[in-house]
Amino acid sequence: MPFITLLATLLALSAILYQLGKGRALRLSGGRPGVLHSLPTYYGSYVALWCALPAFLLVAVWIIIEPMALQALVLNSLPETVRQLPLARLSLITNEMRQLAASGDYRFASSPEARAAAEHYRDLHQIGFAAMAVLVLTAGIFGGRFALGRIRPALRARNRVEQAILFFLFVSSTLAIFTTIGIVLSLLFESLRFFSMVPVSDFLFGLSWSPQMAMRTDQVGSSGAFGAVPLFAGTLLISLIAMVVAVPTGLLSAIYMAEYANPRFRAVAKPLIEVLAGIPTVVYGFFAVVTVAPFLRDLGNQLHFSVSSESALATGIVMGVMIIPFISSLSDDVICDVPDALRHGAYGLGATRSETIRQVVLPAALPGIVGGILLAVSRAIGETMIVVMAAGLSAHLTANPFASVTTVTVQVVTLLVGDQEFDSPKTLSAFALGLVLFVVTLALNVVALKVVRKYRERYE
Amino acid sequence: MDPGAERTQSNGHTKVAARDVNVYYGEKHALKTVDLDIRINEVTALIGPSGCGKSTFLRCINRMNDLIDGAKVTGSIVLDRQDIYDRNLDVVQLRARVGMVFQKPNPFPKSIFDNVAYGPRIHGLANTAGEIEEIVVTSLKRAGLFEEVKDRLEEPGTGLSGGQQQRLCIARAIAVSPEVILMDEPCSALDPIATAKVEELIDELRENFTIVIVTHSMQQAARVSQRTAFFHLGELIEVGDTESIFTNPSHKLTQGYITGRFG
Repeated sequence: MPFITLLATLLALSAILYQLGKGRALRLSGGRPGVLHSLPTYYGSYVALWCALPAFLLVAVWIIIEPMALQALVLNSLPETVRQLPLARLSLITNEMRQLAASGDYRFASSPEARAAAEHYRDLHQIGFAAMAVLVLTAGIFGGRFALGRIRPALRARNRVEQAILFFLFVSSTLAIFTTIGIVLSLLFESLRFFSMVPVSDFLFGLSWSPQMAMRTDQVGSSGAFGAVPLFAGTLLISLIAMVVAVPTGLLSAIYMAEYANPRFRAVAKPLIEVLAGIPTVVYGFFAVVTVAPFLRDLGNQLHFSVSSESALATGIVMGVMIIPFISSLSDDVICDVPDALRHGAYGLGATRSETIRQVVLPAALPGIVGGILLAVSRAIGETMIVVMAAGLSAHLTANPFASVTTVTVQVVTLLVGDQEFDSPKTLSAFALGLVLFVVTLALNVVALKVVRKYRERYE
Repeated sequence: MDPGAERTQSNGHTKVAARDVNVYYGEKHALKTVDLDIRINEVTALIGPSGCGKSTFLRCINRMNDLIDGAKVTGSIVLDRQDIYDRNLDVVQLRARVGMVFQKPNPFPKSIFDNVAYGPRIHGLANTAGEIEEIVVTSLKRAGLFEEVKDRLEEPGTGLSGGQQQRLCIARAIAVSPEVILMDEPCSALDPIATAKVEELIDELRENFTIVIVTHSMQQAARVSQRTAFFHLGELIEVGDTESIFTNPSHKLTQGYITGRFG
């Protein structure tokens, strides 16, 4: 019996028990609904939950324990010589065993012993699964019967069911939190390994970035330098250029859309601006590489100054274009949220439209706009695809927008693409960079949300 | 007898004359051929059940209806011999002459000082910081708010209580030195004590301004106004001295409304 059939059977069983529970509650009420504490459906759900919850819990436990238990059993049955092998070899053997067992095709077994072990593994797996299936279904049936037996008119079925639902809601919401914590921890531990090899101060304040490490001791010139300042500077330069492009354009377009545009124009233009947000960043990336960068380079040539074909300017401009809809639609919402009473107050004093917008509407909307801009900055800093395609790879410490710079995200990608050894500072530095990136964007988001919330409190 | 009656400087001189005013909101005929004179230095109260057009008429006087999509106004409203619906009239200048106080207090998210200084600044009424300050202090004093806020002029106006906010809005309106002040149910969001203060203030302001007030409270109309106009379903039913309207209404509808039989 495959796994999916087991699950389907369990679900069907719960459905049947639901009907039984509901029917029993109805019978007990004797046609007078007022006698029951809860609606009949709650008694049904109560029984179904008693059937499904313990059973699924057993399945979950089995899924977690089974591979470990099987492996231990099979390894124990192997000859002593094999068990003495180092851990890496041992895991190779168990992997082969598991794959052979899963495919059911033993022709490619490396040795008769391996074949025997795989067959043994397969048998154990099948027996284990059958036992589990029986156990689970029994648990479901007993759980359901137990609950059926407990149905009385006075049973507070609704409260129980709602408690169970509350529990599910709680688990779902904590899942996201635990995922975040897990991500942070994984970053943190790898970063700590990195910082045990390279001092934190060298990393945060060092001015030279050259992560190539010597593979052999006689290699020269590749000692590795992990000063991340050029990366931070490059990231900031490109983000700054992006914001210079995006903030005025986005804000002015939002003001026009919210205060001046007639509804027909707005209905057409707003979705069009938001299309920009739907363009995949890869597409922006090659727009930067193929169109904007060569254009700027040629323009620079004509004006007799040199513009790198991977200039920070080209990358920043394209990234700015990507962020425009972000700023414009957030600002637009905020401006529209400013109560009309304020506008009318200003008009009533004889303010013109532009005076009203500049002196009343924008100041009122400012906290929200600032929050939106901060969110946009954190997006710019974390943006990866555009910079990977269009920005440079070598780390120069420069503020010249026509030069090529590299960013934190670009370095993380280049450090981790391909085969890597996870004990060299070169690879581990990617996690340290990731940690810095995470901390910075997290801080920006927290500040932005705080600012936005403060604004919301004022008008609701 | 209203003690303010002696102070009345009104000589029956007309400040605002509305003739044959019709307002349409899209298909809806909201105000039907209204003729009404507003006299100088008097408080004119507009009363009537909800949706009767009294607020609509009020908003015609400083052309706030221009801000509503699909609103159309016909007829003429003359302010001191100038037709305010004249094509050459600058609506910004009109609103400097005809100020407005709204139903809900709507102070700007600025300091108390800047709220009052806003109008004088945009109209260039003062050249120096000292002049601005003088206008602000005078306006706050006339609005009866100065004593309460003199130590915290730099705090945000939104931090005041509802009644203080509404008096701040009145100070803001009179800082521009308008000739007419329109008030759209200025006390509907206030508690009785704050209402009493604002009503007292209205009575004092009458000395220097012409005031038109929309109100749902007949007691308020009786307390603060010299003339009362009763609107019903977009029509002006009756207008006259407040005392005679409330003691001896000539129209059956007016009588029904003020005695509480409908509305």
